[in-house]
Amino acid sequence: MNIPKELKYARTDEWAKVDGDEVVLGISDFAQDQLSDIVYVELMVEEGDSVNKGDTAATIESVKAAADVNFPLSGSIIAVNEDLADAPEVLNNDPYNAGWMVRIKPDDLSELDDMMDADTYAANIEEREG
Amino acid sequence: MFTPHTPQEIEEMLGVIGVGSIDELFTKVPEKYRFPELNMSAGLTELEISSVLREIAEANASADDFISFLGAGAYNHYIPAAVDMILRRGEFYTAYTPYQPEISQGTLQAIFEFQSLMTELTGMDVSNASHYDGATAAAEAANMAYHFFRGKRKKIVLSRSVHPQYRETIRTYMQGFDDVQVLGDEQAVGTSPDPGKLMALIDPDTALVMVQYPDFFGRIIDYTKVVEAAHAQGALVGFVFNPTAMGMLKPPGDFGADLAVGDGQPLGIPLSYGGPYLGIFTTKEKYVRKLAGRLVGETVDKEGKRAYVLTLTAREQHIRRERSTSNICTNQGLMALAATVYLSLLGKTGFRQVADLCYQKAHYAAENIANLEGYELAFPETPFFHEFVIKTPKPVEEINFHLQQHWILGGFDLSQEYPELENHMLVAVTEKITRHDIDDFVQALEEVGHD
Repeated sequence: MNIPKELKYARTDEWAKVDGDEVVLGISDFAQDQLSDIVYVELMVEEGDSVNKGDTAATIESVKAAADVNFPLSGSIIAVNEDLADAPEVLNNDPYNAGWMVRIKPDDLSELDDMMDADTYAANIEEREG
Repeated sequence: MFTPHTPQEIEEMLGVIGVGSIDELFTKVPEKYRFPELNMSAGLTELEISSVLREIAEANASADDFISFLGAGAYNHYIPAAVDMILRRGEFYTAYTPYQPEISQGTLQAIFEFQSLMTELTGMDVSNASHYDGATAAAEAANMAYHFFRGKRKKIVLSRSVHPQYRETIRTYMQGFDDVQVLGDEQAVGTSPDPGKLMALIDPDTALVMVQYPDFFGRIIDYTKVVEAAHAQGALVGFVFNPTAMGMLKPPGDFGADLAVGDGQPLGIPLSYGGPYLGIFTTKEKYVRKLAGRLVGETVDKEGKRAYVLTLTAREQHIRRERSTSNICTNQGLMALAATVYLSLLGKTGFRQVADLCYQKAHYAAENIANLEGYELAFPETPFFHEFVIKTPKPVEEINFHLQQHWILGGFDLSQEYPELENHMLVAVTEKITRHDIDDFVQALEEVGHD
């Protein structure tokens, strides 16, 4: 399981990467593996939207499930990855780079402190896997 | 096996919810709509019971007993005998999509054929496996448009010449979303064949504009400008269509409609006092993730043979839960099969012929009624398909009462739904009506007009 050290993780399997004063969001390798083949991504926000922590950023459909991606922090949307609509499989193949979903300007960067670091997330997954 | 509740169980359940009797449970339903007291004496034999029930049933008359000019959304077409024969085959005779659908390849194939036929009729890309009836399909169209814009557009603009019951069903659906506004069908906007006033209501907050084609009054209106106006504001356009008319008219898809919905009852389904009918729901490919109901797709199995599957199920409620756009996960399987068999039997030529006969006979009737003293066509300038509105010299209720003495079912009394259309009758003519029937109808109208 690929869990890059420099990222923060949510209990609901989103990752967040700080990039200057912006934050990039996506889903973890574990999340894509659990969902299996992803066939559809619908981004629920567009550039310029203001969002609150907990809002739905996107809905993902795989061959066996549908799942929501939630915002781990509040802010305004700088950009969304439009390419995912035509190539949802990118989330399976490259969840941390080409599979980025949303770029956000956070209202309060300290909201990221509620998220887990890589080691804690790895332990969390192990626990869930039983 | 069906196991009815025992009297003790019924007592127990009533006790839990604090209701005294079963009758008390139904007090909210107006009395005239409740199941009537049959007043049968105890200890009758099966033979006696069936004779009592037959006597009660004989108080009903069916469309077969009358010459019927009643339409207004349900039409008395001829149904080839083979439709019922195939419908009642044991392999097909269930109303539901099976729970293990892929095991029933025959059922899935029939639904796939149905979907293909519906897209062919409407000129749209995708059809679902069907809904309960046309009104449900229309409401699901409004629902889909609302969800397509993720609730950001709050207006549903309805033409007043969309079927009144469909508009009511749309309102019922939309009341769950407390900020949605359903408008455009007020008396002030009117029923003019010129949709200018309706178009003026379309704005950037409009999710859906819905028109009917032919409209509730049978009129064929060119909606090109409505579609343009809606698309200019980014709104979707829905057509409520009559499938029989598609044998003759330019399909909604060619107008650029985003949704085409309607009732499939005219396609081989009997009137049956109002149901079961068949909701047709078709749309463009780009909305396929948002559409309600089941969808059957064609694929190949591991041996490379053609096979059918339920597809895109992740949008449905049993997987997506509260995020699905609709709570409908079923279809009207048996009626969809009836429509499929009906269309297959008629073929392209036969289907066109039905449309043509309806059109010609309706125009013959309209022409002759318009020549009667005291009667005139309400919209003489607007083309129509197989239904038209006449102004009558007396209240329609009175005329229809007279017609019934001649075993004729008159047209729909429009004043029931449109206060501005006092003394206006909506007359439907199908291929089942003969020239002789029309002449009798015209003569009876003349009689009652003179009294």
